Amino acid sequence: MRSELTRLPFVKSLLKNRWLQLLVLFVMLAGFLFAILSGFAGTPVGNHNFSIVFVWIAWWAILILVAVPFFGRGWCAVCPIPMPGEWIQRGAILEPPSRKPRWLNLRWPNKLRNIWLQNLTFTLVALFSSVILTTPKVTAIVLSAMLFLAVGMSIVFERRTFCRYLCPVGGFIGLYAQAAPIELRVKDKQACAACKDKPCYNGSQVGYGCPWDIFPGGLTKNTYCGLCMECLRTCPYDNIAINTRPFAADLAKPSRKMDEAFKAFIMLGAAMVYAGVLLGPWGALKSAAYSVGTVAWFGYGMAFLAFIFGLLPALFWLAVKLGQELSKSDVPARHGFTTFATALVPLGLMFWVAFSLSFVLTNASYILVALSDPFGWGWNLFGTAAVTWQPYLTTALVPLQTLVLIGGLLWSVRTAQKIGTEVKILPVPIVVFSTLVTLAMLGLLL
Amino acid sequence: MKRSEILSRLLVIAGVLIVLSVPLAVHFYNGQNIVEIHGRVAESGGWSPSSIEAKVGVPLHLRLTSDDVMHSFAIGQSDMAPVDVAPGKMTELTLTFDKPGTYTYYCTRWCGPNHWRMRGTIEVSGGSSDAPQLVSPPLYMTLNLNIDAPHPAPVTPADRPSALRGAAFAAMLSSNYLMPDYYRTHSPAQAYLDLRADSALSSLSDPNVWDLVAYIWQSNTTPDGLAKGQRLFAQNCAACHGESGEGNGVFAAGVKAQTGKLPVNFADPASMLGASPALLQGKILRGGMGTGMPYWGPIFSDETIWGIIGYLYTFQFDEGQR
Repeated sequence: MRSELTRLPFVKSLLKNRWLQLLVLFVMLAGFLFAILSGFAGTPVGNHNFSIVFVWIAWWAILILVAVPFFGRGWCAVCPIPMPGEWIQRGAILEPPSRKPRWLNLRWPNKLRNIWLQNLTFTLVALFSSVILTTPKVTAIVLSAMLFLAVGMSIVFERRTFCRYLCPVGGFIGLYAQAAPIELRVKDKQACAACKDKPCYNGSQVGYGCPWDIFPGGLTKNTYCGLCMECLRTCPYDNIAINTRPFAADLAKPSRKMDEAFKAFIMLGAAMVYAGVLLGPWGALKSAAYSVGTVAWFGYGMAFLAFIFGLLPALFWLAVKLGQELSKSDVPARHGFTTFATALVPLGLMFWVAFSLSFVLTNASYILVALSDPFGWGWNLFGTAAVTWQPYLTTALVPLQTLVLIGGLLWSVRTAQKIGTEVKILPVPIVVFSTLVTLAMLGLLL
Repeated sequence: MKRSEILSRLLVIAGVLIVLSVPLAVHFYNGQNIVEIHGRVAESGGWSPSSIEAKVGVPLHLRLTSDDVMHSFAIGQSDMAPVDVAPGKMTELTLTFDKPGTYTYYCTRWCGPNHWRMRGTIEVSGGSSDAPQLVSPPLYMTLNLNIDAPHPAPVTPADRPSALRGAAFAAMLSSNYLMPDYYRTHSPAQAYLDLRADSALSSLSDPNVWDLVAYIWQSNTTPDGLAKGQRLFAQNCAACHGESGEGNGVFAAGVKAQTGKLPVNFADPASMLGASPALLQGKILRGGMGTGMPYWGPIFSDETIWGIIGYLYTFQFDEGQR
């Protein structure tokens, strides 16, 4: 079922070409800086400001509806946020390394070599999301903070520490990249084992060592590979391949890490809370989520945290324990908990797809307006500044969302069945859990 | 350093500079000789800027936008039709003033509880050096009325007076009662007492006299003036005073929360029939200190205010057909 794309010389040369990648990155960086500028200098009206419309509607739509499901970490390969820091760290934009690192080049502490910090940063952003998603200036501040943080971390630490351990977006992209039908893998592991210098990790005259701190020879899943193509350039044995594969191939090898398990709960819960707050009819809830710093907002924040870090994992834990009891399994509950959490990956991804379909189709017409008048300054660059707001595909939306959620549930059930067979725990309670949260999400969206 | 590296660095630096500087430069260039006014609800600051300078005969180019909800921009005491000021959109407007003075611009949409505070001024200077026009003080000042004092009606009708019925007795009425000066300086209750004391009308019943009062009040209005008054009342007053004038508009609760009092109930004869048009003019012109009542002096012309006052009395009197 796998097919190697890099077998095609044209594709391979495109992927290895630094100029092409730089060109794409350049466009992305220009758009990113433009979003910051428009956030600070443009109209404070969110739906007429490029920063809100292009970051939270256009980019988000592309990311969650196309990039992540089909290309995994494909976005990370062209993300502009780490680029200025990486250029400063390397002392070069295009040129392969010719000298040793000039900055501190520290290794990231071992205790923090997990995605707990990413879970934290995502949760922080999520807590303030109602304001971030609607207020251009706040969006500009968040984007600027990410840019400066990435630069700072590139100066202090080696490789792309920000992307790997802090980026609030990178954490969930990595989680859901496991479901993508594309992967970077080595062709022959023995060749990697026999390779003496391991330039894919250490770098060479033709390219940099893996910015994501990965040894490609040990890659078994997409979670932490940023698809930057550096190893494709540095491997002296032409042993790196970009393959197409069936969806969710990585889920056959469930993670046993608690940080990744909690990432699944955070994402599942956040999609449900967002659906309630941003799409639901509850004015008081919207108001509480927006009123940062007030008692109501603290109440909302506490409920949000309790839901994603308390209620959902607790119910899931009970489901695992019940399955364990019913199947009289002696597999530790913690092991069952972390491995079964993998079943929430396809479910969570489909929750986000269903949620995003709703607000993207509702707000997509603002893209045309912001394209012509990105600052809300009365420009009309492409003649679309006066396009009136209208939601798209309204009649197809509900059936589409229902299909997506049911598809996610079936996908999750199938994954849980496979995991159940592997860990010898009855998956039925997990299936019930997934079904209940899907019904809740259906209720929130429809 | 390789040429490709130099080229890539130049590309990145030039790109960043272009992205950051070109939009700002274009905006600055386009904005020359244009005043950009941002509208926000009064609680967030109102119009920004709230004062502008202009010169007589020199076109003033304005670009209007809203930073929150829909507003509308109008110039007080002028014939300029209000223009909508939409969030995130620019509305361009050019004004030319032919007389120096202070002009007030204001919002004409109910944008928030303190909507009426959304005001700004345009100081127009220059122009002819003719002697300044003499301005007569408003009637309530000439009469030295205390417009903040209670004005209970000493007498009220048992039934709603009708101008149509009153017209049947109009021939008995001295023309003095129909003069604008009389109408504007007397409350309906005072007029009733005057008429009641008039021996020429002694044969009339009390309701007949009240009908005559209604007739006098109708005689001092025109259908056009009433229609304009009704429209302006709906646009500017009904938010607090209510469409039916009963002091129960959508912002009434907010006014009570701020001031401790509900907006005035124009349908209440006990207070309304004790108020003369001159007293109401004073309240409209100056506003109600501490009551939440806006001051409309810079916004409405005299004629407009008399039209609104005429309409206010329709909450007491049946106007009937003319």
